[in-house]
Amino acid sequence: METIINPQKNKQKNKRKLIIEGSIILGLTLILALVMPLILEPFRLKLLGRFLALGITALGIDLIWGYTGLLSLGHGIFFALGGYAIAMHIKLQIPDGQIPEFFTLYGVTKLPFFWQPFASFPFTFLAIFIIPAITAGILGYLVFRNRIKGVYFSILTQAALLVFFNFFNGQQKLINGTNGLKTDTDTIFNLVAGSNQAQIIFYELTILGIIVSYLLCRWLTSGRFGRLLIAIRDDEMRLRFSGYDPTPFKVLVFAISGAIAGLAGSLYTVQSGLITPETMKVAFSIEMVIWVAVGGRATLIGAIIGALAVNFGSSLFSEKFPEIWLFFQGALFLIVVTVLPDGLVGWVKNSGLNLIKNLLGIKPPVVTFPELVENPEILQEKEELINDK
Amino acid sequence: MTNNLKSNILEINNLTVSFDGFKALNNLNFSIEQGELRVIIGPNGAGKTTFLDIITGKVKPTEGNVFFKGKNLRKFSEHQIARLGIGRKFQTPRIYLNLTVRENLDLTVNPQKNVFKTLFNPVRNNEKRTVAGLLETIGLTAKAELKADLLSHGEKQRLEIGMLVAQSPDLLLVDEPVAGLTDEETENVGALLLELAQSHSIIVIEHDMEFVRQIAKKVTVLHQGSVLCEGSMDQIQNDPKVIEVYLGEEQQHD
Repeated sequence: METIINPQKNKQKNKRKLIIEGSIILGLTLILALVMPLILEPFRLKLLGRFLALGITALGIDLIWGYTGLLSLGHGIFFALGGYAIAMHIKLQIPDGQIPEFFTLYGVTKLPFFWQPFASFPFTFLAIFIIPAITAGILGYLVFRNRIKGVYFSILTQAALLVFFNFFNGQQKLINGTNGLKTDTDTIFNLVAGSNQAQIIFYELTILGIIVSYLLCRWLTSGRFGRLLIAIRDDEMRLRFSGYDPTPFKVLVFAISGAIAGLAGSLYTVQSGLITPETMKVAFSIEMVIWVAVGGRATLIGAIIGALAVNFGSSLFSEKFPEIWLFFQGALFLIVVTVLPDGLVGWVKNSGLNLIKNLLGIKPPVVTFPELVENPEILQEKEELINDK
Repeated sequence: MTNNLKSNILEINNLTVSFDGFKALNNLNFSIEQGELRVIIGPNGAGKTTFLDIITGKVKPTEGNVFFKGKNLRKFSEHQIARLGIGRKFQTPRIYLNLTVRENLDLTVNPQKNVFKTLFNPVRNNEKRTVAGLLETIGLTAKAELKADLLSHGEKQRLEIGMLVAQSPDLLLVDEPVAGLTDEETENVGALLLELAQSHSIIVIEHDMEFVRQIAKKVTVLHQGSVLCEGSMDQIQNDPKVIEVYLGEEQQHD
């Protein structure tokens, strides 16, 4: 338990914390952006880039689930919308008058109208964020306005996911149906999207994306707005009696989370070279939630760690034990739920650090009744006594 | 009528609330003047909590109307009613357990409660001073940076009253503020309410008769969803109807 009575001291301490956090982020960024491309072979680097993109999605999930308490099981929608937006843009990098090849398979001769604006990069860039955000905003508004909460909200997001999946899966003439859009062999900015050169650029952009998303979430979850999100999670009805209308807050956060998932989807797509309706499968959206649960809810950094750990774990296991790796994943989730309910980061924060310190003999376990040593009233009296002298 | 509304901050006319035919409130008439402190008592099931639910907009009346400062509250939702100037303290303390004491107060003191103002407006110095003053008043300055989860029950009650005041309402609705408190704490809360009564209108719902005697000038007795009688503590205690209701209840317990 930490207690600080002096606001001046409090401020200094916060400032020091911020500086430490900033330097850690800067350090990690430099390692990821400069060192990793040198020491990892292209295949591994691509894998890391894809997993970092998934980490961005996890940040968005943490924002709405960890902080605001809304368990979305439909984030695959927003992820896929971002992915399709960039894939459509890449597909349209062809001479004027032509249409992407797959259309000819279905006898389509004219580009569908909604494809046309995606020829422009600025439009596509905005669409990656705005289309998922608007979709999430509308879905969120309809649900939250009617005060639908908890499990019912989760079920509705999953239902929406199924609707989108079936639509994208069935519309061959519009978006190539179940085959999805392949971006590997097409060009973007005069580079073949699948070439090593382009992949390095996508990798660096992913790192930029994860930092921007992290800072955005960090800003949203600190200060009054962030505390309000926690209040919505803990007792929404109470907030209403304090004069807040929770609905617009939830809609905004859900939309932002959707936009973050859209960004992640676009970065993931260009690095895997393919977007299909598979990304809107129920299992994938649930997996996103698992990453956050494993890493630790309401910790932001935990969401990224969780996404990286689970995905590297499963890629390692699937290489070594291709037949049983799914069992490992299931076991991992069970362990987290039963042994580490706060996730990895939550555990380290709450008890892990002390445990490790105790094991190493750095700090003896507290034997006195904590009240006496840490009670702020007693501390204040002590300080006053010292000041009086 | 208009004259009446001006001096009465809250006016309730012929109010009936029924849940599937069960009348929780039955043709209830009630009014309270600006600046008054009123205590409402009544046996269990008399409709006291429903009464507060109606005023704060959680439940809508089946018949009849509630006027606050002359405005009919029927068309307003909870947060709008709160913004009009009605604050409510719940029976069991409802505070945000994962936030610190200071953060709890800071959230309710925020004068602009819509999304973008909450997100972009910086916390002003006068708001910080208000919070510091409130911490002083409720005696939690030393524990300001503690998570509200770690407070004792009495401290939680005081914090919630503090949050209520932070909202700067004109009418405070306080539901059983001393339930589960020690005698000393009860007296503290009583003094706090009397202090607040100098600048607010307050409705207190309470079971603890000693406490009622400490703070009440005028008492309203609810019974079976309507007002049984109204008057000073002495009048109430000698009223044959009240005696019958309370004695009748005791006989049932036997």
